Amino acid sequence: MSNLFNSMIGWIDKRFPLTSNWKAHLSEYYAPKNFNFWYFFGSLALLVLVNQLLTGIFLTMNYKPDASLAFSSVEYIMRDVDYGWLIRYMHSTGASMFFVVVYLHMFRGMMYGSYRKPRELLWLIGMIIFFVLMSLAFTGYILPWGQMSYWGAQVIVSMFGAIPTIGESLQQWVLGDFTLSDAALNRFFAYHVVTLPLILLILVFAHILALHEVGSNNPDGIEIKQNKNPKTGIPVDGIPFHPYYTVKDIVGVVVFLIVFCGIIFFAPEMGGYFLEYNNFIPANTLQTPDHIAPVWYFTPYYSMLRAVTVNFLWIDAKLWGVILMAGSVIIFCFLPWLDRSPAKSIRYKGLYFKTALTLFVISFFVLGWLGTKSPTPLYTLLAQIFTVIYFAFFILMPWYSKIDKTKPEPKRVKE
Amino acid sequence: MRYNRHRDIGFNNEEILNKLVFTGQKVGDLMQSAMRKKEAEKWFGVVPPDLSVIARSRGADWLYTYLRAFYRDDSTVTGWNNLVFDRAAMPHVLYKLQGEQRLVVKTSDKGEQKSLLLDKQGEMNKAEFDKFVGDLVNYLVYLGEPHANTRKELGIIVMAFLLGMLILSYALKREYWKDIH
Repeated sequence: MSNLFNSMIGWIDKRFPLTSNWKAHLSEYYAPKNFNFWYFFGSLALLVLVNQLLTGIFLTMNYKPDASLAFSSVEYIMRDVDYGWLIRYMHSTGASMFFVVVYLHMFRGMMYGSYRKPRELLWLIGMIIFFVLMSLAFTGYILPWGQMSYWGAQVIVSMFGAIPTIGESLQQWVLGDFTLSDAALNRFFAYHVVTLPLILLILVFAHILALHEVGSNNPDGIEIKQNKNPKTGIPVDGIPFHPYYTVKDIVGVVVFLIVFCGIIFFAPEMGGYFLEYNNFIPANTLQTPDHIAPVWYFTPYYSMLRAVTVNFLWIDAKLWGVILMAGSVIIFCFLPWLDRSPAKSIRYKGLYFKTALTLFVISFFVLGWLGTKSPTPLYTLLAQIFTVIYFAFFILMPWYSKIDKTKPEPKRVKE
Repeated sequence: MRYNRHRDIGFNNEEILNKLVFTGQKVGDLMQSAMRKKEAEKWFGVVPPDLSVIARSRGADWLYTYLRAFYRDDSTVTGWNNLVFDRAAMPHVLYKLQGEQRLVVKTSDKGEQKSLLLDKQGEMNKAEFDKFVGDLVNYLVYLGEPHANTRKELGIIVMAFLLGMLILSYALKREYWKDIH
């Protein structure tokens, strides 16, 4: 039996690099042995991606991208398609959980300096993945054509209109109509099920290739490739990804699934955060809801969009909001060059960086919470203060990270 | 939802056809409003929403109160108004059962206090009517998510399976990682 198997593998290997790739990316890809809790989220993001692709295919079989049919086709999936409710909840919960794991994955990178040389490009590819993910979430949220789908999308597309001179025609070009309508629903459907998933898959592939080229960072932020066993050429602090991290990641997957299924089966709306209550009502183009709030993962940026209330220089407040909102996500791309600290990992960085990162996390949460609320003068003031803190974390980084008192990095990873 | 989905809650096709289908559809057809959209708009100004989706978006409690809070108001087109949804376009379709209510506004230093007073008794007394609306709302909630109970039952099995998986996968990880530490 094993002879037959080996000769089959041999037959394939002469025609396709199966064994060599298996070795390069799994059984002989050496990862640092000190990965902790924060290193589960990369593989979990991959899991959620597969979940979204598979459930998405089944949803497409019954969904109708037509403004007059979309809402009822989703209700049809929920009520009449066999296990349609399960597939839809897996997809809607998966969307939110995608952002949960990606935010934690990014935070890991910020803590341990995973964006630093030689991983700048890995970080940048990751950031593009994040932008594509946001576009996917946005186009996907429109599809049920509920009240929040419609009015949330209205807010987003009106941002194009804020751009001077070309804004209005750009907005019409994006929508394919003068207003948000069937034409826009159809094209957003096409982006959501074909264009963006295709781009996402290619980018994820590139992200993993780039990772395996430079090797994984670790909680100590030191390069394991600099300390190799002279005989074997294997990093002394590295262990083969398969089987060690595959079996470890399975534990992570099961724990994740417990949370994921807990939400799907017992709280699929997640108190209105994952599925907004207003979105159970079909879109009404004549009736603006009292309160428009995006889904939770966009609320920090939405807060910043609303935070600007005054015209400044020759740019009006609305355009400033759009600039800030775009800036707040694009600015992550510059992290590799903003961080001037001699140490990579937060373990060896000093008080300034630790304080700055803490303030950043607090401002992210506060802005996120504010984005779910109707604006009041106090809330707007809070949003303005925390927007400043959010940006200060990035803009002041070259200074505070340079003068920060760091501890010396060790030669070997700690257990 | 299809008519024959009611088999999930213990009806057979014949009962469904006799008790629920009044407009000559087949048992596998989707339950549709018998009102045409154009006419509805002419009659009420808006197309009436499907109350089963309202049950999901506003919740059972809201719907229960809403259906019991209609009162006579001559200033509206239908002659009815609602305490929880001011100037609702929906007329009081259950007035025969509930009777007619009147709005009583008491002004004190705490502000206005609105309450409803039953002027004309309908076919049901208050307790009967409340129970009737309760049943109706429960049915609408069921329509809003017919698989909610299956979901929770299945969830318990899935969780039990995952907890078993957790023990096994953790044991597997421990076994493999023995040679690392």
